[in-house]
Amino acid sequence: MPSTQHAIEITGLNKWFDDFHALKDINLTISQGERVVICGPSGSGKSTLIRCINDLETHQSGEIIVDDTQANIGMVFQQFNLFPHLTVQQNLTLGPMKALGLSKADAEERAMKFLERVRIPEQADKKPRHLSGGQQQRVAIARSLCMSPEIMLFDEPTSALDPEMIAEVLDVMTDLADDGMTMIVVTHEMGFARKVADRMVFMDGGEIIETGTPKEFFSTPKSKRCKLFLEQILQH
Amino acid sequence: MRLNTFYAVFSLLLLTGCASTSNTWGWYVINPNTPSGLANIKFLLNGFGATISLSVIAALMSMAIGLFVALPSISQNRWVRLPSRVYVEIIRAIPLLPMLFWVFYGLPVIFKSMGLNISIDPFWGAIITLAISDSAFTAEIYRSGIQSVSKGQTEAAKTVGLNYVQTMRYVILPQAIRRILPPLANQFIYIVKMSAFASVIGMQELTRRANELVVTEYRPLEIYTLLILEYLVLVLIISFGVRWLERKMDADESK
Repeated sequence: MPSTQHAIEITGLNKWFDDFHALKDINLTISQGERVVICGPSGSGKSTLIRCINDLETHQSGEIIVDDTQANIGMVFQQFNLFPHLTVQQNLTLGPMKALGLSKADAEERAMKFLERVRIPEQADKKPRHLSGGQQQRVAIARSLCMSPEIMLFDEPTSALDPEMIAEVLDVMTDLADDGMTMIVVTHEMGFARKVADRMVFMDGGEIIETGTPKEFFSTPKSKRCKLFLEQILQH
Repeated sequence: MRLNTFYAVFSLLLLTGCASTSNTWGWYVINPNTPSGLANIKFLLNGFGATISLSVIAALMSMAIGLFVALPSISQNRWVRLPSRVYVEIIRAIPLLPMLFWVFYGLPVIFKSMGLNISIDPFWGAIITLAISDSAFTAEIYRSGIQSVSKGQTEAAKTVGLNYVQTMRYVILPQAIRRILPPLANQFIYIVKMSAFASVIGMQELTRRANELVVTEYRPLEIYTLLILEYLVLVLIISFGVRWLERKMDADESK
Protein backbone atom coordinates (compact mmCIF):
# COMPACT_ATOMS: atom_id res chain seq x y z
CA MET A 1 0.00 0.00 0.00
CA PRO A 2 1.25 3.49 -0.78
CA SER A 3 2.63 5.50 2.10
CA THR A 4 1.58 9.02 2.97
CA GLN A 5 5.01 10.34 1.89
CA HIS A 6 4.88 12.18 -1.40
CA ALA A 7 7.03 10.90 -4.24
CA ILE A 8 6.02 13.45 -6.87
CA GLU A 9 4.08 16.66 -6.50
CA ILE A 10 2.91 18.39 -9.66
CA THR A 11 1.26 21.79 -9.33
CA GLY A 12 -0.11 24.11 -12.02
CA LEU A 13 1.85 22.44 -14.80
CA ASN A 14 1.44 23.93 -18.27
CA LYS A 15 3.22 22.93 -21.44
CA TRP A 16 3.02 24.22 -24.96
CA PHE A 17 4.49 22.81 -28.17
CA ASP A 18 4.67 26.12 -30.04
CA ASP A 19 0.98 27.08 -30.24
CA PHE A 20 -0.34 23.75 -29.07
CA HIS A 21 -1.35 23.72 -25.41
CA ALA A 22 -0.32 20.14 -24.57
CA LEU A 23 -0.78 20.18 -20.80
CA LYS A 24 -3.31 22.44 -19.11
CA ASP A 25 -2.90 23.26 -15.46
CA ILE A 26 -2.04 19.78 -14.25
CA ASN A 27 -2.19 19.10 -10.50
CA LEU A 28 -1.26 15.63 -9.37
CA THR A 29 0.37 14.23 -6.26
CA ILE A 30 1.73 10.72 -6.20
CA SER A 31 2.67 8.97 -2.96
CA GLN A 32 5.68 6.74 -2.46
CA GLY A 33 4.87 3.21 -3.51
CA GLU A 34 1.71 4.26 -5.30
CA ARG A 35 0.79 2.67 -8.62
CA VAL A 36 -0.91 5.14 -10.91
CA VAL A 37 -2.31 4.26 -14.32
CA ILE A 38 -2.88 7.14 -16.73
CA CYS A 39 -5.26 6.55 -19.60
CA GLY A 40 -7.06 8.61 -22.18
CA PRO A 41 -7.45 9.03 -25.92
CA SER A 42 -4.33 9.52 -28.02
CA GLY A 43 -3.05 13.08 -28.07
CA SER A 44 -4.49 13.71 -24.61
CA GLY A 45 -1.08 14.55 -23.10
CA LYS A 46 -0.46 11.33 -21.12
CA SER A 47 2.98 10.67 -22.56
CA THR A 48 3.93 14.34 -22.42
CA LEU A 49 3.03 14.39 -18.72
CA ILE A 50 5.29 11.53 -17.75
CA ARG A 51 8.04 12.78 -20.04
CA CYS A 52 7.91 16.06 -18.13
CA ILE A 53 8.38 14.17 -14.87
CA ASN A 54 11.82 12.86 -15.87
CA ASP A 55 12.90 15.97 -17.75
CA LEU A 56 12.64 14.60 -21.29
CA GLU A 57 10.34 17.56 -21.96
CA THR A 58 10.59 21.06 -20.60
CA HIS A 59 7.52 22.86 -19.31
CA GLN A 60 6.63 26.55 -19.40
CA SER A 61 4.90 27.03 -16.07
CA GLY A 62 4.12 25.17 -12.88
CA GLU A 63 6.24 22.91 -10.72
CA ILE A 64 7.22 19.28 -10.60
CA ILE A 65 8.76 18.39 -7.25
CA VAL A 66 10.31 14.96 -6.95
CA ASP A 67 11.15 13.94 -3.38
CA ASP A 68 14.88 13.71 -2.63
CA THR A 69 14.56 10.09 -1.61
CA GLN A 70 12.91 9.30 -4.93
CA ALA A 71 15.35 11.04 -7.23
CA ASN A 72 16.19 8.00 -9.39
CA ILE A 73 13.55 7.72 -12.06
CA GLY A 74 13.55 4.84 -14.52
CA MET A 75 11.67 4.88 -17.78
CA VAL A 76 10.38 2.31 -20.22
CA PHE A 77 9.51 3.50 -23.71
CA GLN A 78 6.92 2.37 -26.21
CA GLN A 79 9.66 1.71 -28.79
CA PHE A 80 11.98 0.03 -26.22
CA ASN A 81 14.92 2.26 -27.27
CA LEU A 82 17.48 -0.44 -26.55
CA PHE A 83 21.01 0.32 -27.74
CA PRO A 84 21.17 -1.75 -30.93
CA HIS A 85 24.97 -1.87 -31.19
CA LEU A 86 25.36 -3.41 -27.73
CA THR A 87 24.51 -6.87 -26.45
CA VAL A 88 21.66 -7.29 -24.00
CA GLN A 89 24.12 -7.49 -21.14
CA GLN A 90 26.02 -4.40 -22.30
CA ASN A 91 22.70 -2.55 -22.53
CA LEU A 92 22.21 -3.30 -18.86
CA THR A 93 25.75 -2.57 -17.65
CA LEU A 94 26.37 0.72 -19.50
CA GLY A 95 24.46 2.96 -17.07
CA PRO A 96 25.69 1.27 -13.85
CA MET A 97 29.31 1.36 -15.04
CA LYS A 98 29.43 4.85 -16.52
CA ALA A 99 26.92 6.73 -14.37
CA LEU A 100 27.09 4.84 -11.07
CA GLY A 101 30.77 3.91 -11.32
CA LEU A 102 30.27 0.18 -10.70
CA SER A 103 33.04 -2.23 -11.68
CA LYS A 104 32.40 -4.40 -14.75
CA ALA A 105 32.01 -7.52 -12.58
CA ASP A 106 29.53 -5.85 -10.23
CA ALA A 107 27.56 -4.37 -13.11
CA GLU A 108 27.38 -7.76 -14.84
CA GLU A 109 26.27 -9.46 -11.68
CA ARG A 110 23.55 -6.87 -11.27
CA ALA A 111 22.57 -7.24 -14.94
CA MET A 112 22.18 -11.00 -14.61
CA LYS A 113 20.11 -10.58 -11.47
CA PHE A 114 17.60 -8.39 -13.30
CA LEU A 115 17.65 -10.47 -16.47
CA GLU A 116 16.61 -13.41 -14.30
CA ARG A 117 13.97 -11.22 -12.76
CA VAL A 118 12.47 -10.53 -16.23
CA ARG A 119 13.05 -14.20 -17.10
CA ILE A 120 15.48 -13.96 -20.01
CA PRO A 121 18.99 -14.56 -18.58
CA GLU A 122 19.78 -16.87 -21.53
CA GLN A 123 19.59 -13.91 -23.96
CA ALA A 124 22.40 -11.95 -22.29
CA ASP A 125 24.92 -12.18 -25.11
CA LYS A 126 22.53 -11.50 -28.00
CA LYS A 127 22.01 -8.23 -29.81
CA PRO A 128 18.56 -6.73 -29.19
CA ARG A 129 17.44 -7.19 -32.81
CA HIS A 130 17.59 -10.98 -32.40
CA LEU A 131 14.98 -10.81 -29.64
CA SER A 132 11.20 -10.69 -29.98
CA GLY A 133 9.41 -7.46 -29.15
CA GLY A 134 8.24 -8.81 -25.80
CA GLN A 135 11.75 -9.89 -24.91
CA GLN A 136 13.16 -6.52 -25.97
CA GLN A 137 10.71 -4.70 -23.75
CA ARG A 138 11.62 -6.94 -20.83
CA VAL A 139 15.29 -6.15 -21.43
CA ALA A 140 14.36 -2.45 -21.41
CA ILE A 141 12.62 -2.92 -18.05
CA ALA A 142 15.68 -4.75 -16.69
CA ARG A 143 17.92 -1.97 -17.99
CA SER A 144 15.93 0.58 -16.00
CA LEU A 145 15.93 -1.61 -12.88
CA CYS A 146 19.73 -1.86 -13.01
CA MET A 147 19.85 1.84 -12.09
CA SER A 148 17.97 1.09 -8.83
CA PRO A 149 15.15 3.54 -9.50
CA GLU A 150 12.67 4.52 -6.81
CA ILE A 151 10.11 5.51 -9.44
CA MET A 152 9.38 3.75 -12.71
CA LEU A 153 7.63 5.45 -15.61
CA PHE A 154 6.07 3.34 -18.34
CA ASP A 155 5.12 5.07 -21.59
CA GLU A 156 2.69 2.74 -23.37
CA PRO A 157 5.02 -0.21 -22.85
CA THR A 158 2.85 -2.71 -24.72
CA SER A 159 1.53 -0.56 -27.56
CA ALA A 160 4.24 -1.59 -30.03
CA LEU A 161 3.95 -5.29 -29.22
CA ASP A 162 2.19 -8.10 -31.03
CA PRO A 163 -0.82 -9.24 -28.98
CA GLU A 164 0.71 -12.56 -27.95
CA MET A 165 3.65 -10.76 -26.32
CA ILE A 166 1.71 -8.30 -24.22
CA ALA A 167 1.07 -10.73 -21.36
CA GLU A 168 4.75 -11.50 -20.72
CA VAL A 169 5.54 -7.79 -20.33
CA LEU A 170 2.50 -7.10 -18.14
CA ASP A 171 3.43 -10.07 -15.93
CA VAL A 172 6.86 -8.57 -15.30
CA MET A 173 5.26 -5.20 -14.51
CA THR A 174 2.78 -6.81 -12.12
CA ASP A 175 5.73 -8.43 -10.34
CA LEU A 176 7.34 -5.03 -9.90
CA ALA A 177 4.12 -3.55 -8.59
CA ASP A 178 3.94 -6.31 -5.96
CA ASP A 179 7.39 -5.21 -4.74
CA GLY A 180 6.07 -1.80 -3.79
CA MET A 181 7.83 0.34 -6.37
CA THR A 182 6.30 3.71 -7.24
CA MET A 183 4.92 3.24 -10.75
CA ILE A 184 3.30 5.57 -13.23
CA VAL A 185 1.99 3.69 -16.22
CA VAL A 186 0.50 5.13 -19.38
CA THR A 187 -1.43 2.28 -20.94
CA HIS A 188 -4.63 1.12 -22.57
CA GLU A 189 -4.40 -2.29 -20.88
CA MET A 190 -7.42 -1.97 -18.63
CA GLY A 191 -7.10 -5.53 -17.28
CA PHE A 192 -3.67 -4.64 -15.96
CA ALA A 193 -4.96 -1.34 -14.60
CA ARG A 194 -7.80 -3.04 -12.72
CA LYS A 195 -5.40 -5.55 -11.18
CA VAL A 196 -2.49 -3.29 -10.30
CA ALA A 197 -3.50 0.37 -10.04
CA ASP A 198 -4.06 2.16 -6.75
CA ARG A 199 -5.43 5.06 -8.70
CA MET A 200 -6.64 5.78 -12.22
CA VAL A 201 -6.04 9.11 -13.92
CA PHE A 202 -8.09 9.94 -17.00
CA MET A 203 -6.77 12.64 -19.33
CA ASP A 204 -8.29 14.29 -22.36
CA GLY A 205 -7.27 17.38 -24.31
CA GLY A 206 -4.25 18.02 -22.07
CA GLU A 207 -6.28 18.05 -18.86
CA ILE A 208 -6.84 15.62 -16.04
CA ILE A 209 -10.56 14.97 -16.29
CA GLU A 210 -10.95 12.62 -13.39
CA THR A 211 -9.07 10.42 -10.96
CA GLY A 212 -10.26 7.61 -8.73
CA THR A 213 -9.71 4.06 -7.55
CA PRO A 214 -10.05 1.46 -10.32
CA LYS A 215 -13.27 0.30 -8.70
CA GLU A 216 -15.03 3.68 -8.89
CA PHE A 217 -13.37 4.53 -12.17
CA PHE A 218 -14.57 1.48 -14.08
CA SER A 219 -17.99 1.09 -12.46
CA THR A 220 -19.08 4.69 -12.04
CA PRO A 221 -17.09 7.11 -14.19
CA LYS A 222 -18.20 10.66 -13.38
CA SER A 223 -17.54 12.51 -16.59
CA LYS A 224 -19.15 11.98 -19.95
CA ARG A 225 -15.83 11.93 -21.80
CA CYS A 226 -14.49 9.24 -19.51
CA LYS A 227 -17.62 7.14 -19.94
CA LEU A 228 -17.31 7.40 -23.71
CA PHE A 229 -13.63 6.48 -23.60
CA LEU A 230 -14.27 3.42 -21.44
CA GLU A 231 -17.10 2.29 -23.68
CA GLN A 232 -14.85 2.50 -26.72
CA ILE A 233 -11.91 0.78 -25.12
CA LEU A 234 -13.78 -1.95 -23.28
CA GLN A 235 -16.06 -2.77 -26.21
CA HIS A 236 -14.04 -5.69 -27.46
CA MET B 1 47.01 -6.40 -58.42
CA ARG B 2 46.09 -2.72 -58.93
CA LEU B 3 49.66 -1.98 -59.89
CA ASN B 4 49.55 -4.66 -62.59
CA THR B 5 46.59 -2.95 -64.20
CA PHE B 6 48.49 0.29 -64.00
CA TYR B 7 51.51 -1.20 -65.75
CA ALA B 8 49.28 -2.79 -68.38
CA VAL B 9 47.59 0.52 -69.23
CA PHE B 10 50.88 2.34 -68.99
CA SER B 11 52.83 -0.01 -71.26
CA LEU B 12 49.98 0.00 -73.78
CA LEU B 13 50.26 3.76 -74.05
CA LEU B 14 54.03 3.44 -74.12
CA LEU B 15 53.93 0.95 -76.98
CA THR B 16 51.52 2.94 -79.09
CA GLY B 17 53.72 5.94 -78.48
CA CYS B 18 56.96 4.21 -79.46
CA ALA B 19 55.42 2.58 -82.49
CA SER B 20 54.13 5.87 -83.74
CA THR B 21 56.31 7.55 -86.35
CA SER B 22 54.74 10.94 -85.88
CA ASN B 23 56.10 13.11 -83.12
CA THR B 24 52.76 13.30 -81.32
CA TRP B 25 54.07 10.99 -78.63
CA GLY B 26 57.60 11.18 -77.33
CA TRP B 27 57.77 8.61 -74.62
CA TYR B 28 61.56 8.81 -74.46
CA VAL B 29 61.06 11.51 -71.88
CA ILE B 30 59.90 8.91 -69.36
CA ASN B 31 61.44 5.79 -70.87
CA PRO B 32 62.82 3.79 -67.95
CA ASN B 33 65.41 2.17 -70.24
CA THR B 34 67.31 5.40 -70.71
CA PRO B 35 69.15 7.04 -67.81
CA SER B 36 67.47 10.41 -68.33
CA GLY B 37 64.01 8.85 -68.71
CA LEU B 38 64.52 6.85 -65.52
CA ALA B 39 65.64 9.95 -63.67
CA ASN B 40 62.53 11.77 -64.88
CA ILE B 41 60.24 8.95 -63.73
CA LYS B 42 61.90 8.90 -60.33
CA PHE B 43 61.50 12.66 -60.09
CA LEU B 44 57.78 12.41 -60.87
CA LEU B 45 57.03 9.41 -58.66
CA ASN B 46 58.80 11.05 -55.75
CA GLY B 47 55.81 13.39 -55.55
CA PHE B 48 53.67 10.57 -54.14
CA GLY B 49 55.15 11.06 -50.67
CA ALA B 50 54.13 14.72 -50.51
CA THR B 51 50.68 14.19 -52.06
CA ILE B 52 49.89 11.33 -49.69
CA SER B 53 51.15 12.98 -46.51
CA LEU B 54 49.45 16.24 -47.49
CA SER B 55 46.14 14.42 -48.03
CA VAL B 56 46.32 12.21 -44.95
CA ILE B 57 47.23 15.00 -42.52
CA ALA B 58 44.64 17.36 -44.05
CA ALA B 59 41.98 14.64 -43.88
CA LEU B 60 42.71 13.89 -40.22
CA MET B 61 42.60 17.59 -39.35
CA SER B 62 39.40 18.01 -41.31
CA MET B 63 37.82 15.10 -39.40
CA ALA B 64 38.76 16.70 -36.08
CA ILE B 65 37.55 20.19 -37.04
CA GLY B 66 34.42 18.70 -38.61
CA LEU B 67 33.40 16.97 -35.38
CA PHE B 68 34.03 20.15 -33.44
CA VAL B 69 31.73 22.03 -35.84
CA ALA B 70 29.11 19.27 -36.10
CA LEU B 71 28.40 18.76 -32.38
CA PRO B 72 26.98 22.26 -31.76
CA SER B 73 25.05 22.04 -35.04
CA ILE B 74 22.76 19.34 -33.57
CA SER B 75 21.93 21.34 -30.46
CA GLN B 76 18.31 22.16 -29.61
CA ASN B 77 19.40 25.72 -28.95
CA ARG B 78 19.49 27.88 -32.07
CA TRP B 79 22.18 30.19 -30.68
CA VAL B 80 24.46 27.23 -30.13
CA ARG B 81 23.71 26.02 -33.66
CA LEU B 82 24.27 29.39 -35.29
CA PRO B 83 28.11 29.62 -35.33
CA SER B 84 28.36 26.14 -36.85
CA ARG B 85 25.79 27.01 -39.48
CA VAL B 86 27.65 30.20 -40.40
CA TYR B 87 31.00 28.40 -40.53
CA VAL B 88 29.68 25.69 -42.84
CA GLU B 89 27.91 28.12 -45.15
CA ILE B 90 30.91 30.44 -45.51
CA ILE B 91 33.65 27.83 -45.83
CA ARG B 92 31.59 25.83 -48.32
CA ALA B 93 31.16 28.92 -50.46
CA ILE B 94 34.86 29.74 -50.83
CA PRO B 95 36.66 28.03 -53.73
CA LEU B 96 39.80 26.21 -52.67
CA LEU B 97 42.26 28.13 -54.84
CA PRO B 98 41.42 31.64 -53.57
CA MET B 99 41.43 30.31 -50.04
CA LEU B 100 44.87 28.83 -50.63
CA PHE B 101 46.16 32.19 -51.89
CA TRP B 102 44.60 33.95 -48.93
CA VAL B 103 46.20 31.60 -46.39
CA PHE B 104 49.58 31.47 -48.07
CA TYR B 105 50.01 35.10 -49.13
CA GLY B 106 47.44 36.94 -47.01
CA LEU B 107 47.65 35.38 -43.58
CA PRO B 108 51.39 36.19 -43.07
CA VAL B 109 50.52 39.86 -43.60
CA ILE B 110 48.03 39.68 -40.74
CA PHE B 111 50.61 37.92 -38.58
CA LYS B 112 53.12 40.63 -39.41
CA SER B 113 50.70 43.42 -38.50
CA MET B 114 50.30 41.71 -35.13
CA GLY B 115 54.04 41.82 -34.69
CA LEU B 116 54.41 38.09 -35.23
CA ASN B 117 57.05 36.90 -37.63
CA ILE B 118 55.36 33.75 -38.86
CA SER B 119 55.84 32.65 -42.44
CA ILE B 120 53.72 29.83 -43.74
CA ASP B 121 55.54 27.12 -45.65
CA PRO B 122 53.80 25.54 -48.64
CA PHE B 123 53.29 22.20 -46.91
CA TRP B 124 51.44 23.53 -43.87
CA GLY B 125 49.73 26.28 -45.85
CA ALA B 126 48.26 23.64 -48.13
CA ILE B 127 47.32 21.34 -45.26
CA ILE B 128 45.57 24.07 -43.26
CA THR B 129 43.65 25.25 -46.33
CA LEU B 130 42.63 21.76 -47.42
CA ALA B 131 41.61 20.85 -43.87
CA ILE B 132 39.50 23.96 -43.32
CA SER B 133 37.92 23.84 -46.74
CA ASP B 134 37.07 20.16 -46.32
CA SER B 135 35.90 20.47 -42.71
CA ALA B 136 32.65 22.13 -43.80
CA PHE B 137 31.82 18.96 -45.70
CA THR B 138 32.94 16.53 -42.98
CA ALA B 139 30.87 18.54 -40.49
CA GLU B 140 27.79 17.98 -42.65
CA ILE B 141 28.62 14.28 -42.93
CA TYR B 142 28.88 14.00 -39.14
CA ARG B 143 25.70 15.99 -38.64
CA SER B 144 23.57 13.84 -40.91
CA GLY B 145 25.12 10.68 -39.45
CA ILE B 146 24.39 11.72 -35.90
CA GLN B 147 20.89 12.90 -36.75
CA SER B 148 20.13 9.55 -38.37
CA VAL B 149 20.37 7.96 -34.91
CA SER B 150 16.88 8.17 -33.41
CA LYS B 151 16.06 10.64 -30.66
CA GLY B 152 14.91 7.72 -28.52
CA GLN B 153 18.55 6.66 -28.15
CA THR B 154 19.50 9.97 -26.53
CA GLU B 155 16.45 9.74 -24.26
CA ALA B 156 17.24 6.17 -23.24
CA ALA B 157 20.85 7.17 -22.51
CA LYS B 158 19.60 10.02 -20.36
CA THR B 159 17.28 7.75 -18.37
CA VAL B 160 20.19 5.43 -17.52
CA GLY B 161 22.12 8.40 -16.18
CA LEU B 162 24.61 9.10 -18.96
CA ASN B 163 25.80 12.68 -19.40
CA TYR B 164 26.24 14.39 -22.78
CA VAL B 165 29.79 13.22 -23.42
CA GLN B 166 29.03 9.65 -22.36
CA THR B 167 25.88 9.59 -24.47
CA MET B 168 27.84 10.70 -27.54
CA ARG B 169 30.73 8.37 -26.89
CA TYR B 170 28.95 5.15 -25.94
CA VAL B 171 25.55 5.45 -27.60
CA ILE B 172 25.30 7.92 -30.47
CA LEU B 173 28.70 7.96 -32.21
CA PRO B 174 29.15 4.16 -32.32
CA GLN B 175 25.84 3.97 -34.19
CA ALA B 176 26.43 7.03 -36.34
CA ILE B 177 29.88 5.84 -37.41
CA ARG B 178 28.36 3.27 -39.77
CA ARG B 179 26.66 6.04 -41.68
CA ILE B 180 29.61 8.41 -41.37
CA LEU B 181 32.58 6.30 -42.45
CA PRO B 182 31.71 5.56 -46.09
CA PRO B 183 30.99 9.19 -47.06
CA LEU B 184 34.01 10.29 -45.04
CA ALA B 185 36.23 7.92 -47.02
CA ASN B 186 34.74 9.30 -50.24
CA GLN B 187 35.61 12.75 -49.00
CA PHE B 188 39.21 11.58 -48.68
CA ILE B 189 39.28 10.92 -52.43
CA TYR B 190 38.18 14.51 -52.90
CA ILE B 191 41.05 15.76 -50.71
CA VAL B 192 43.61 13.74 -52.66
CA LYS B 193 42.44 15.33 -55.90
CA MET B 194 42.25 18.82 -54.44
CA SER B 195 45.78 18.50 -53.07
CA ALA B 196 46.96 19.18 -56.63
CA PHE B 197 46.21 22.86 -55.96
CA ALA B 198 49.10 22.90 -53.50
CA SER B 199 51.35 22.99 -56.57
CA VAL B 200 50.53 26.65 -57.17
CA ILE B 201 52.08 27.72 -53.86
CA GLY B 202 55.22 25.74 -54.58
CA MET B 203 54.50 22.47 -52.82
CA GLN B 204 56.58 19.76 -54.51
CA GLU B 205 53.84 17.17 -54.88
CA LEU B 206 52.81 15.18 -57.94
CA THR B 207 51.39 18.04 -59.99
CA ARG B 208 54.16 20.51 -59.21
CA ARG B 209 56.83 18.01 -60.25
CA ALA B 210 55.00 17.30 -63.50
CA ASN B 211 54.80 21.04 -64.21
CA GLU B 212 58.48 21.52 -63.51
CA LEU B 213 59.43 18.66 -65.80
CA VAL B 214 57.19 19.94 -68.58
CA VAL B 215 58.99 23.26 -68.46
CA THR B 216 62.39 21.63 -68.97
CA GLU B 217 61.41 18.77 -71.28
CA TYR B 218 58.61 20.31 -73.40
CA ARG B 219 56.66 17.02 -73.42
CA PRO B 220 53.35 17.95 -71.76
CA LEU B 221 51.33 15.11 -73.30
CA GLU B 222 53.46 12.28 -71.92
CA ILE B 223 54.17 13.87 -68.58
CA TYR B 224 50.58 14.89 -67.86
CA THR B 225 49.38 11.47 -69.00
CA LEU B 226 51.64 9.91 -66.41
CA LEU B 227 50.43 12.47 -63.87
CA ILE B 228 46.82 11.49 -64.47
CA LEU B 229 47.73 7.83 -64.13
CA GLU B 230 49.43 8.59 -60.83
CA TYR B 231 46.24 10.12 -59.42
CA LEU B 232 44.16 7.34 -60.93
CA VAL B 233 46.18 4.69 -59.13
CA LEU B 234 45.97 6.55 -55.85
CA VAL B 235 42.23 7.14 -56.06
CA LEU B 236 41.46 3.62 -57.24
CA ILE B 237 43.32 2.18 -54.27
CA ILE B 238 41.31 4.39 -51.92
CA SER B 239 37.99 3.57 -53.55
CA PHE B 240 38.71 -0.13 -53.22
CA GLY B 241 39.40 0.58 -49.56
CA VAL B 242 36.04 2.37 -49.29
CA ARG B 243 34.27 -0.53 -51.00
CA TRP B 244 35.90 -2.97 -48.58
CA LEU B 245 34.90 -0.82 -45.64
CA GLU B 246 31.28 -0.67 -46.78
CA ARG B 247 31.15 -4.44 -47.21
CA LYS B 248 32.66 -4.95 -43.77
CA MET B 249 30.10 -2.61 -42.18
CA ASP B 250 27.24 -4.44 -43.90
CA ALA B 251 28.64 -7.72 -42.62
CA ASP B 252 28.88 -6.36 -39.08
CA GLU B 253 25.38 -5.00 -39.35
CA SER B 254 23.89 -8.42 -40.07
CA LYS B 255 25.82 -10.12 -37.26
